[in-house]
Amino acid sequence: MVRFTEVGLRYPSPDGEEAPEALADLTFTLPEGSFTWLLGASGAGKSSLLRLMHLAQLPTRGRLEVLGTEVRGARRGALPRLRRRIGVVFQDFRLLPYLSAFDNVALPLRLTGRSEGSLRPDVTEMLRWVGLQGKEMSLPQQLSGGEQQRVAIARAVVTRPQLLVADEPTGNLDSHQARRLLALLTQMNRLGTTVVVATHSEDLVSQFAAPSLVLQAGRMVHHG
Amino acid sequence: MAERRTRFSRDPLGLKRALSDKLLPGLVAAMALLAALALAGSRGAAALKDRWQHGAAAAVTVQLPPEQASRMEDALALLRRMPQVASAEPVDAERMRELLRPWLGEVPALPLPLVLELRLADLSIDPAPIARELAAAVPGAEVEAHGIWVARLAALARSVQGVALSVLALVVGVAVAVVAVATRAGLASRRQAIEILHDLGATQGDIAGRFARRIGLLAAGGALAGAAIAVPTLAGLAGLAAPLSGGVIQPWAALPWLDLALLPPVAGLIGWATAQLSVRRWLKRLP
Repeated sequence: MVRFTEVGLRYPSPDGEEAPEALADLTFTLPEGSFTWLLGASGAGKSSLLRLMHLAQLPTRGRLEVLGTEVRGARRGALPRLRRRIGVVFQDFRLLPYLSAFDNVALPLRLTGRSEGSLRPDVTEMLRWVGLQGKEMSLPQQLSGGEQQRVAIARAVVTRPQLLVADEPTGNLDSHQARRLLALLTQMNRLGTTVVVATHSEDLVSQFAAPSLVLQAGRMVHHG
Repeated sequence: MAERRTRFSRDPLGLKRALSDKLLPGLVAAMALLAALALAGSRGAAALKDRWQHGAAAAVTVQLPPEQASRMEDALALLRRMPQVASAEPVDAERMRELLRPWLGEVPALPLPLVLELRLADLSIDPAPIARELAAAVPGAEVEAHGIWVARLAALARSVQGVALSVLALVVGVAVAVVAVATRAGLASRRQAIEILHDLGATQGDIAGRFARRIGLLAAGGALAGAAIAVPTLAGLAGLAAPLSGGVIQPWAALPWLDLALLPPVAGLIGWATAQLSVRRWLKRLP
């Protein structure tokens, strides 16, 4: 479950003056096992909201509860364990350029201490599922944009996270791959993962009926 | 392929590329060489100081002719009243025979002069007025002051030792600064990778540990090279210094092997600890 209560986020200003809030007065709850579309124009605050959900950023005010933990009151040392229960598909992929596709996907499993022998079948299966069999040892710069995005998706879901957040996950995918990705997301959702997908694609949203959360200028204007 | 995968999996931050295996070890090697020279200088100065101080048990000795034996107490009383004299003690006959045995052998019948050992309140004091005052009171009394020069040399050796240890402390400080700068450079070049690992759930310990291990290894390797370069240098210096210390010339045996052997692990430890602190401080900016 993800619960926002009067949450605000203000990024530090480079000139030291108080910057306006990027997100303000967000109050909503995403039940465990729910699927939510996150919608809004560019600059509305979708990426900032997702950064709060996957703990890349902490709120500057309000109360944020993620997977049963109130993050502002949590010990700093407890946050990495919480992050490992969250899968993230970044808008800009954020692959490590000197690691192969296999090693990029295996990274979250290695961080949890999984042995090489036990992680190999999972990583191979995930790469096969996103259609990258045979490209395990390719470096990101040897892959197309769509292939890189699929590696990023495989990395996000390989740990079977309890919460999956995706920021424009179909931006570089063709319609066939986008449908496959949506099938993966809905399949994970059926297995109990809470899924939040930020997108501009009306076509994608129309393929799966689910509640949506709409942001405008950092404030929530619709939820449901 | 599997080998490549294993190698990469052990270095997800790409630190083998980010932290040069030439510049940092090269700098640490130079500092290890300086540290070895400073350590050897400190040890050598300490040895010379001990030897010279031992030889200069008294800065000044006073010799009374045998016929003035009855005046010894008067001479001692006079000397002890002088403000320039910190202490004055007689050397007993048995110790005198011990001191003379290497030159004269066993000569129990030989009349020995009476000798008093003086310690001056200050090594800069001129012993001539003491000699004049004593000779006036006890005719035939002679003051021998060459020990004062030995004592001054010992003081000089102590100063050299202090300077060498200061240089050593400076080298350690510079080493810490160099490692901190190298770590910051590594952090700057791997900022995005660190943020990705952080977002995927890596702990501060995971990230700082990877930096610390890499930098510790580079520092230890550099120090090993520096210590290796120091060996022939120090052997040459030990050969030159051997006559001064009165020993037989055995330069290899005279080297501070333990100090040299400790340089790599100590440098590795300094690198490891500095990197841990630098990275953990940097990571505080992340949530």
